[in-house]
Amino acid sequence: MRLDRRHFVAGSAAALALPTLVQAQGAPPIRIGEINSYTAQPAFLRPYRNGWELAVEQINAAGGVLGRKLETVFRDDGGKPEDAVRLAGDLINAEKVDLLAGGFLSNVGLAIADFANQNKRLYVASEPLSDALVWGKGNRYTFRLRPSTYMQAAMLVEEAAKLPAKRWATVAPNYEYGQSAVKWFKELLKAAKPDVEFVAEQFPALGRIDAGATVQALEAAKPDAIFNVTFGADLINFVRQGNTRGLFEGRLVASMLTGEPEYMDPLGAETPVGWIVTGYPYQDIATPEHTKFREAYRARFNDYPRLGSVVGFDTVMAIAAAITKAGTTDNEKVIDAMKGLKFMSAFGPVEFRAIDHQATLGAYVGRTAVKDGKGVMTNWRYADGAKYLPSDDVVKTLRPQ
Amino acid sequence: MEFLVIQSLNGLASASSLFLVASGLSIIFGVTRIVNFAHGSFYMLGAYIAVTIIAAIGGQDALGFWTGILLAALIVALIGALVEVVILRRIYAAPELFQLLATFGVVLMIQDITLAIWGPEDKLGPRAPGFRSFVMIMGSRFPSYELFLIVVGPVVLLALWLLFNRTRWGTLVRAATLDREMVGALGVNQRLLFTSVFMFGSFLAGLGGALQLPREAVTLHMDLAMITEVFVVVVVGGLGSITGAYLAAVLIGLVHAFGIVLFPKSTLVLAFLVMAIVLVVKPYGLLGRKPSGHAARGQAIPEPLLSPADRPTKLLGAAVLAVLILLPPFLGDYGVTFMTELVIFALFAASLHFVMGPGGMHSFGHAAYFGLGAYGAALAVQWLAAPMAVGLLISPLAAGLAGLLFGWFCVRLSGVYLAMLTLAFAQIAWATAFQWVEITGGDNGILGVWPSEWAKPKLVYFYLALALAGAGIMALRHLIFSPFGFALRASRDALLRAEATGLNVQQLQWAGFTIAAVLAGLAGGLFAFFKGSVFPTYLSIPKSVDALLMVLLGGVQTVSGPIAGAFVFAGLEEQLVRITAYWRFVLGLIIVLLVMLFPKGLAGSVLAWRERQSGDRS
Repeated sequence: MRLDRRHFVAGSAAALALPTLVQAQGAPPIRIGEINSYTAQPAFLRPYRNGWELAVEQINAAGGVLGRKLETVFRDDGGKPEDAVRLAGDLINAEKVDLLAGGFLSNVGLAIADFANQNKRLYVASEPLSDALVWGKGNRYTFRLRPSTYMQAAMLVEEAAKLPAKRWATVAPNYEYGQSAVKWFKELLKAAKPDVEFVAEQFPALGRIDAGATVQALEAAKPDAIFNVTFGADLINFVRQGNTRGLFEGRLVASMLTGEPEYMDPLGAETPVGWIVTGYPYQDIATPEHTKFREAYRARFNDYPRLGSVVGFDTVMAIAAAITKAGTTDNEKVIDAMKGLKFMSAFGPVEFRAIDHQATLGAYVGRTAVKDGKGVMTNWRYADGAKYLPSDDVVKTLRPQ
Repeated sequence: MEFLVIQSLNGLASASSLFLVASGLSIIFGVTRIVNFAHGSFYMLGAYIAVTIIAAIGGQDALGFWTGILLAALIVALIGALVEVVILRRIYAAPELFQLLATFGVVLMIQDITLAIWGPEDKLGPRAPGFRSFVMIMGSRFPSYELFLIVVGPVVLLALWLLFNRTRWGTLVRAATLDREMVGALGVNQRLLFTSVFMFGSFLAGLGGALQLPREAVTLHMDLAMITEVFVVVVVGGLGSITGAYLAAVLIGLVHAFGIVLFPKSTLVLAFLVMAIVLVVKPYGLLGRKPSGHAARGQAIPEPLLSPADRPTKLLGAAVLAVLILLPPFLGDYGVTFMTELVIFALFAASLHFVMGPGGMHSFGHAAYFGLGAYGAALAVQWLAAPMAVGLLISPLAAGLAGLLFGWFCVRLSGVYLAMLTLAFAQIAWATAFQWVEITGGDNGILGVWPSEWAKPKLVYFYLALALAGAGIMALRHLIFSPFGFALRASRDALLRAEATGLNVQQLQWAGFTIAAVLAGLAGGLFAFFKGSVFPTYLSIPKSVDALLMVLLGGVQTVSGPIAGAFVFAGLEEQLVRITAYWRFVLGLIIVLLVMLFPKGLAGSVLAWRERQSGDRS
């Protein structure tokens, strides 16, 4: 996070002035309780928080929601779901927030969602990707913004099915996200192309990949193509060893999230070329709503937005839209408003589906390339999330009704 | 065949990285008896500092690159010296393991300092000049830098051997490893020796980190990822044995390299399985020797005899209990949930204290029993639709059974070896919860473990937790001052004499271990219904460390210590998270300061102060 002095001073002054400002206006602010793993996952969550604060500032500058200012109480769960549950209690009981939001890790998201269900309080999950959040463990009180593991896998399958490759190998971090991603990818690709076979799978522990040995094990299976789910430090190590050992030469790679600046930027000039990825080509998206968002972000933070920034920004916009639509902050009425809520995200129009509370926010699918020593996405297109979800009949069997 | 060779080479390359860091840890432990948690942090700092230096001096040519690596290691050595002189030097006289608490405070501080200086993004270091590419080995491309690393391991091993066998300093270090009091008595400047050893160990950690640049990403999670691996290596090799550390590093490196082929989903647990097996077969590691000299005497200072609470302490206890009973109705929901958490942690800490204090067995894996208790309850709810009462019965039972099983192996060891075996079992339990997805739900845990209808109001649940935890703590207190407790303490303080009087020491310790597990399990069960969900984090290392911190902070030699420690530690953490984004730094700083100001723990220091007061009067 880059903060120049002017912004810092202005921000502090605003923070100090806010309570009196609001009191002067008479209407109490709408309070959002936000829980995230700030110390455990700073690379993703600092830009996220910037995006969040940008949205709050924009909304408040335009007069707030229902004439009331938005106010956020941030809490750090340190990556521990049991702490997130405690903080959720703190936010509702002591801080008197109107609703809960946030979550990055899937287990933290699920813990908050279960808490929300038990305490009958709206929870807008921003980041967690787990399918269980809206399907297996879905409940009335939980809504999720980001495209899920299933959706991202489906986007890649669409491209992977066009490839001639028959023998696939997979590599994924050994936890729920990695396991689900591989499961869906296999299932959907086999359905689209029955003659593919999966010849090797590697599940390195999250953050502990033994990259040289993993690359060698994949190489030994002689696959035509590789499906990668590793990210962060694991991805960096995997790519470096894979590059040196020639694992990617003459092989196609489909890779989850790798086009997100959070994960691609650290790779720099070593970004592998030609991978099919989901991600966020922030430089090149020229829709009016995105350009406006990007320039506002740049002006405010003197930095470019990451995908996390978009998620933070859009979560606030969705909440504001829901409360506006409900015309009240009454919990049950806002929940009813969230069902089928349409709002404008930085990626264009998005709807929170009534059937499973999943937003139709999409992702960008394209190929990786290197430009001026930096990883970029080329030949990308926007994959609208609405098109990468199972049919309503299937969803009904997945989600407790 | 070809695959076997290449995979072996991969294992050897990882082994060299592990060995560099492990040898430093082993040397530091040998001389200072400090289990240095911050060793992983020094490793991380080595990598970060090297990235910065090499970028600054332009490490494209060989000279710049290797200078940068060496400079980074030297800077880390200086940081190590600073930590030793400012913090650790002042607390060598404190009870064993107390220094561990201080080094953990340092870990927390370095985490936030690193985040503040280098920012959150992962860094990719430059490749090493001259080792950028690969060589062909049996038709496969093998990175030349990995070959370089394979050579570095044995070279460092040889250099260390020469250093320890051919120089005066090395001889002193070996002497101090065997008996540091004797070395002091012979007129060797211990302060200088300790500082130089700590510096040297830190240098090796920093070098290990810096040498990772060409092969691994530099991240904020390097520290804890490395420290657990390195603990395993040091213990498997035998504490204080450098050659053993190398052998163990090779063993672990190869186990990883082939493990991912044979059991691709079980990589988490392999290293710990190896450690458990080695310790069961060879209690002092591969090349470790049975400790002699001060190491064999165990406790640096004899533990004072625990005495039953005197009148003022009893009154204070009654007052605290009265507050706990009377205050919550006026606290509001959040206050009540917070108090519930504290009460459960107090029972958890008290159970660990029982096994550590009176039992004399240091456990680094106590979260296993807490977590198994929680999982026992949650699984009963999920698969048997059991009501809360049944779940709360099952949790101590499940944890007790695990204690019975693990304890049988653990009580055959002592000291740090025992502690590491408890850690190994805890990691095996954790990995099972994490990877047996069909039963445990994996890392997504088990949800919907809510209390029965009558106990749902937060206040009611608080009183339930208070009653059960209170009863558990009182039972432990009672046991400590029962003949069983005295026999346990006799076994701890004078093993031979205890055996001579006809006590069956191993059986006593086994029973003590199991009792502690039972009560930790009860705490876990209470925690599960309190949170409404269970996750593998309940069995993880950080949970074990939390409990350890609570006990040490409160004071091992007092009965009320763990309760005070639980309240202070959990309370501090909870408050700090609300106040500052850099709560880890502040928490670490407070821990370090508390350790330096109250080297007997909070309750221990209060007792000592009161003894002095009454001594002055008489």
